[in-house]
Amino acid sequence: MADVAIKLVLAGIVFFGVLNLAGLHTWAERKQSAVMQDRIGANRASIFGVRLLGLFHPLADVIKLFTKEDFIPPGGNRLLHTLAPFLSAFFALVVFAAIPIGDTVQWGHRIIELQVAKLDVALLYVLAMMSMGVYGVVLAGYASNNNYAFLGGMRAASQMLSYEITMGISLIGLVMWYGTLDLQEMVRAQGRYLWGWLPVWGVLVQPVACLVFLVAALAETKRIPFDLPEGESEIIGYFVEYSGMKFGLFFMTDFIETVFVACLATTCFFGGWQVPYLFADGFHFPWGATVALPPLAVTLAGVAAFSLKVLCFCWLFMTIRWTLPRFRYDQLMRLGWNMLFPISLVNVIATGFVLQFLSWRGV
Amino acid sequence: MVAMPRKRELTPLERMYLPEVVRGVLLTSRHFFRNLTIHTLRLVGLARRLEAAVTFQYPEQRRPLAPRLRTRHRLTTRKDGWPRCVACMMCETVCPARCITIVAGEHPDPNVEKYPLRFDIDLGVCVYCGYCVEVCPEDAIRMDTQILDIAAYSRDEMKLDMHELLIPELRKPVKACTLPFPHQCRVTNPALPAPEQPVHGPVFIGGDVTRALGMEDQAQAARQRSGGGSP
Repeated sequence: MADVAIKLVLAGIVFFGVLNLAGLHTWAERKQSAVMQDRIGANRASIFGVRLLGLFHPLADVIKLFTKEDFIPPGGNRLLHTLAPFLSAFFALVVFAAIPIGDTVQWGHRIIELQVAKLDVALLYVLAMMSMGVYGVVLAGYASNNNYAFLGGMRAASQMLSYEITMGISLIGLVMWYGTLDLQEMVRAQGRYLWGWLPVWGVLVQPVACLVFLVAALAETKRIPFDLPEGESEIIGYFVEYSGMKFGLFFMTDFIETVFVACLATTCFFGGWQVPYLFADGFHFPWGATVALPPLAVTLAGVAAFSLKVLCFCWLFMTIRWTLPRFRYDQLMRLGWNMLFPISLVNVIATGFVLQFLSWRGV
Repeated sequence: MVAMPRKRELTPLERMYLPEVVRGVLLTSRHFFRNLTIHTLRLVGLARRLEAAVTFQYPEQRRPLAPRLRTRHRLTTRKDGWPRCVACMMCETVCPARCITIVAGEHPDPNVEKYPLRFDIDLGVCVYCGYCVEVCPEDAIRMDTQILDIAAYSRDEMKLDMHELLIPELRKPVKACTLPFPHQCRVTNPALPAPEQPVHGPVFIGGDVTRALGMEDQAQAARQRSGGGSP
């Protein structure tokens, strides 16, 4: 019983953080793009004259979305049309269960892993659930009784399937190196140091895979420069026929996926909750200095480090989104199949050779 | 694949795409961090002279306008407060949108001869071409009030009469008439009908539509008046 309660609390914390971060993304998107482009950005929504840097705009948006008409096109499939945004958001949210947000917390005699679901095959679970996300998109296009939406859904399906393969293969090198599919174990394995001072994070052992993963992950989030499924203003995407909060759900799904991709990149390639030189009993700097810390502080520092890394990635993805123009569709497919896919395959083979070489040397 | 004509071949480094992405991201993030730093400094009261954004916070902060920009019209006045306009109808005639309506009256000064009893501009029709200003022989109408916010809730509010034109600060509804000369206005006489839109020159309306509306004779007459025949 207590186990269930603990898991529920943990899930609550994770979802609270994720949903708030995704909601804040709508604010960050406006403000960051404004600051990048020498503008000020949305700052007019106010409560009793308090503007708070435009932070009330997401709130105003949600009120607007909830009070708008919920339109289902005539000839559309009512059930699927309603189901699609929920599927989309569900699969985007459920992947967070496998992300370790911190090390363990000792509570009484109980040792709690800061991970909603302790899975041996967390990485497989994550990839599987991310592929399921395409169903929501395809259903949205299919159930709208609109050719533009249908074509958008098809574009989304082909894009997401293409880049999913690349993403999966780019992560295989990591699995070979650390020898585990468990994300928590993978993060623990990243706590080792080369020559006593260089943290062996995923990005260090798999730099090419990291790059390929980031590009493929960006494509998975369906945002500019890979927003061909959506393309609201010109090519029209799968959610043309959606209004109100159903549209809002699709919109939020994009942001949730952005946050998730940031989480996955952090976990796999940037040490997850690892803080450099922070061990279970405190800091041990390579030059010999030590700072002793209680276990709870160490864990909290880990959670803070994880959040900080995720925020950095969110910032990076947002910057890329507001810097690059959209790909053309043939460019997108060529980038995916002719460049990233072969690179990721070669990376896997090269990793195999390096591992074999290292085992001969007995490292 | 269709070969696109390019101005310049891309170098291999550019074709790799990644270095260019990094360059672009560096450029945008340079702006981002510079502006963020200045915004933060200004928030705590420092760096007042550095500008982090080119935004004008519109209703509170107006952008300086070019002096030659054509903005809302005004009528200029003589020393005694009468309008300089001599009701020569030049502006009414030249107006391509036909938004000016003038009713002439006799001026007590025989050297001036005429002045407008009514001078109405329908801003809902006006195209802001400035021909009325160009054509005026008396420098009586100008478009230099720098008033841009002319939105209104009804078509009636878009119709300016002499009150708003002589005193640009006035807004509808005009409460009291303060003009020092005799004129016709709906402030003093609410029963006065709104002026008809003037019709100048030939009006060519398509054949069947004119016949159906019983306007054939009118169009015919207009065509003959203009001396031509072919539309």
